[in-house]
Amino acid sequence: MGAGHAHKLYRHAHSPVHALPPHTKLAAVFAFVVVVVSTPREAMWAFALYAVLLATVAGVARVPAGFLLRRLLIEVPFVAFALLMPFVAQGERVEVLGMSLSVGGLWGAWNVLAKGTLGVAASVLLAATTELRELLLGLQRLKLPPLLVQIATFMIRYGDVITDEMRRMRIARESRGFEASGVRHWGVLAKSAGALFIRSYERGERVHLAMISRGYAGTMPVIDEVTASRAQWSYAFALPFAALVVCLLGWTL
Amino acid sequence: MDPVTVSKEPAPPSLEVAGLAFAYPDGHQALFGVDFTVGRGERVALLGPNGAGKTTLVLHLNGILTGGAGTVAVAGLPVGKQHMAEIRRKVGIVFQDPDDQLFMPTVREDVAFGPAAAGMKGPELEARVDRALAQVGMAEFKDRPPHHLSFGQRRRVAVATVLAMEPEILVLDEPSSNLDPASRRELADILRSLDVTVLMVTHDLPYALELCPRSLVLSEGVIAADGPTGELLADDDLMRAHRLELPFGFDPRSVAAGS
Repeated sequence: MGAGHAHKLYRHAHSPVHALPPHTKLAAVFAFVVVVVSTPREAMWAFALYAVLLATVAGVARVPAGFLLRRLLIEVPFVAFALLMPFVAQGERVEVLGMSLSVGGLWGAWNVLAKGTLGVAASVLLAATTELRELLLGLQRLKLPPLLVQIATFMIRYGDVITDEMRRMRIARESRGFEASGVRHWGVLAKSAGALFIRSYERGERVHLAMISRGYAGTMPVIDEVTASRAQWSYAFALPFAALVVCLLGWTL
Repeated sequence: MDPVTVSKEPAPPSLEVAGLAFAYPDGHQALFGVDFTVGRGERVALLGPNGAGKTTLVLHLNGILTGGAGTVAVAGLPVGKQHMAEIRRKVGIVFQDPDDQLFMPTVREDVAFGPAAAGMKGPELEARVDRALAQVGMAEFKDRPPHHLSFGQRRRVAVATVLAMEPEILVLDEPSSNLDPASRRELADILRSLDVTVLMVTHDLPYALELCPRSLVLSEGVIAADGPTGELLADDDLMRAHRLELPFGFDPRSVAAGS
């Protein structure tokens, strides 16, 4: 969020995918993930096809493979857990490179790995082609509870303000010779965190005053009406629809 | 300031405060019977030391604080539960910290907030936003996030957010605080160019003299003086009695009175 609108995951470009209305993209990604998760894990070829579908979307959106793969690294902690499964799971065992692995565990690991990676890749693509602000408008349009959308909106607006406040407090601490160097200083840091909380809380109260002064009565007025044509919906749903065909084939074959 | 057009029936004053008294729930009494009137098109400064009750008074003007004695009327409309939305549209308060005032992700959405909350949408809303931003000279910053602007620019956008509601009266809380001299002058030019009633709460006395022909002194919860700004600032006894001090070397008699 360092640069306001241009959050780190977003990749500025003018592609057909960028131009789609945000709520169609959100719904499409959600549908895609649901389809992927409900595919039987034994149909390995289906997952390969899903990956091809995503690669096609990335191509249309002009998101380079390197960018996508780097962003996928966020998955690593979860993958680490999946890799443990073949070692700890019970049941029938199989010898691989001299190690005794559980067959069920291997299938489980594959399941988590494949579905997780595809889900994360789809989300990364969504984030790379949709601005944060647009995502919020999309969520609003999809009738997410308005309070949640408002909270997220304020996070975008005030994230930097609060980070800046934190930085000023740190500079003030250090200007008076304080350096955090161990457990003994945790008390000071905790007090700073408390002070930051109080300041942010008070700012929240002032912002609320400013809001009701301008006619706020509990709901955010709709300023940008995001609408999608039938063509845009069908364009966005090309991905989950193709995935659904693959999924059905996976169940029948 | 004479109204340009003289109608047969005089318009009600922009702001009429009568016998306003208020005590906070903790028992601290901030206002002890405040009376004053601001005519349409006037620019009036509300001067007073810290703790005089200026902010408390401002929060009464659009009904955020109520429940004390006395009445406030905006353009003839009494401030009360039944017309709250209308009152909040008519009274545009610009708060001191623009980071509190600008709470939306982009300048455009922030300026649109007030009119949109009143039910405006589409091209009409867009035109209103463009006009308000043009009035403060910030039209080209429409799609920028507020925290990417300089402090002076944010203050100007904050003024635009209330101008977009086309208020009857603009209430500015310390408009010159934290501004560098150039931003200060730019804001003064903008305020002078607006055709709207202004109540400016400040302890920046030269700024009051520059912009407001008339001033009120609020001290210990009452209006202690009401008159032409130049005369009040030249009255040493009055100034000293209410903890108002001019900057070093500033002589109000040597300055041409505000236009």
